[in-house]
Amino acid sequence: MKQKQMMDALPGTVGEGLAQRGVDRREFLKFCTAMTAMLALPPSMAGVMAEAIAKARRQSVIWLSFQECTGCTESITRSHSPTLETLIFDLISLDYHHTLQAASGAAAEHAREQAMKDNDGKYLLIVDGSIPMGNAGYSCIAGISNYDMLVETAKGAVAIVAVGTCATYGGIPKADPNPTGAVSVSDIVKDKPIINVPGCPPIPVVMTGVLAHFLTFGNIPELDALGRPKSFYGETIHDRCYRRPFYDQGKFAETFDDEAARKGWCLFKLGCKGPVTYNACATTKWNEGTSFPIESGHGCIGCSEPNFWDAGPLYKALSMPVSATGSMLGAAAAAGAAAGVAVTWYNRSTKAQAKATHAKVTVQELTREEK
Amino acid sequence: MNHLDLLTFARGSALNWALIIFVAGTVLRLFEIFGLSRKPDLARPRIDSPGSGWRTMFTRSIPPQGMLKRDPVTYIGGYAFHLGLFLAIFFFAPHIEFFRSISGLSWRALPSALVDASVVAAIVSLIVLLAHRLNNPVKRMLSTFGDYLAWTVTFLPLLTGYMAYHHLFVEYTLMLALHIFSVELLLVLLPFTKLFHTFSVFVSRWYNGDFFGRKGVAS
Ligand code: SF4
Repeated sequence: MKQKQMMDALPGTVGEGLAQRGVDRREFLKFCTAMTAMLALPPSMAGVMAEAIAKARRQSVIWLSFQECTGCTESITRSHSPTLETLIFDLISLDYHHTLQAASGAAAEHAREQAMKDNDGKYLLIVDGSIPMGNAGYSCIAGISNYDMLVETAKGAVAIVAVGTCATYGGIPKADPNPTGAVSVSDIVKDKPIINVPGCPPIPVVMTGVLAHFLTFGNIPELDALGRPKSFYGETIHDRCYRRPFYDQGKFAETFDDEAARKGWCLFKLGCKGPVTYNACATTKWNEGTSFPIESGHGCIGCSEPNFWDAGPLYKALSMPVSATGSMLGAAAAAGAAAGVAVTWYNRSTKAQAKATHAKVTVQELTREEK
Repeated sequence: MNHLDLLTFARGSALNWALIIFVAGTVLRLFEIFGLSRKPDLARPRIDSPGSGWRTMFTRSIPPQGMLKRDPVTYIGGYAFHLGLFLAIFFFAPHIEFFRSISGLSWRALPSALVDASVVAAIVSLIVLLAHRLNNPVKRMLSTFGDYLAWTVTFLPLLTGYMAYHHLFVEYTLMLALHIFSVELLLVLLPFTKLFHTFSVFVSRWYNGDFFGRKGVAS
């Protein structure tokens, strides 16, 4: 019966696609319940979401990859078994993605142009990678510069999802000295809603969550000041970290494999950037909920924050200076000493001078001033 | 500039400059003070009181008889504030990491909750002491701009540190940056304001004790 409900889905909708893949309603509802929890929606929304997504037409998506390492695509497509997340992903209509699509060259570009024409004003544009503003030749696709392709494709998009720290904030290409003049999507596109899903790479389920939200409500989720969905980036890693009690007690690992590290003590001293990093790793975890970096014994590197590559050494504690050294202070002390000697010399010579010019007066020399 | 950039700046070049000014300024002032030199006192000491200076360093740190009763706010507030500040600066784990990274030395931290309590004690004491200073006519008369400046730049790091630790009102990354900036302000001003007593207090107590001892005044 439940199976039948799915079967009744209108042609071309997500519901139809799910039915064809043999996903029953119970399974789908379970997914929607998880999604509503992720998106911090009330549990009663699960049914609404299931309904809305099942009825939604397969969303046309154009995915552009610029200066990137394909890690974002790897992250989103690499699931060990075909999870519902990947199914949902399959059930959008991914009309252009030059890593995943079979077509290449002119045919591939044609697919993009066709999708843009067919779904003008309705397609979702996903971008990974930063855009070089230096020489256009630093990165281009089919002879089209990244900048031109982004501007052209963004025009007809209903919204843009910038995936990964490169697309959202410039990422490693933008790291000092930024040889290609890399910028983020939001540096270029100003007139479209942009959802930033940063991370190096971002968590797959965050992507799915954003898509689910979009399919359910037809709009974009609530964003923070850096354009990130609040439901996933509302709290720091530190706030949700299972090692937090040890931080509060002042129990820290001193090296990566000491007794304390094995006991699960806090990694703050080893450079953990969890306290200033907003992301969902500590709750959603990675690899189908297996673990997240801190659970594997490595501090958070802060990959979902803008310019994290340039935010000081990865293995220096957050309370350590980025670049101040003992020798720098030694030099400052030496300079202070030199200045001190000069001041002392000046003070003493002033004193000596005062003494030398001091005219002594004897009692005999004093005369009474007559009034 | 986003919050993390601001924090990176606070931990980076801003901190470097603050530390350079602090260290150079402190050494300069120490040279200046010790280099002043006094005329040798040719008079015979009134009483032979060896160790008078050293004794005074200690005795001036505890209230003279009856004073604790007469002015409890100043004494208790003063102790609570100085102890709280000392514990917060030197025994909060992240602070020890700071000292370790520039000096190579490290020591055991206190549990954060204990440091937190000492910070609260220091903050409350500072506020009470300020109120007392404003209400007590003698204290008010003796106070100058320098005193209020010293109060403010000492208060800010405590307040911002407390707010950062408890994630109060302001986003944590920004608050942490503000905390570091407030410490930098303190570092820059310390050598050139009354706050220099951090380094000179015991020296001047020794000096006074020794001086008075020679003149026959008990210390
Ligand atoms: S390991 Fe990192 S995120 Fe976890 S409690 Fe320690 S500092 Fe915070």
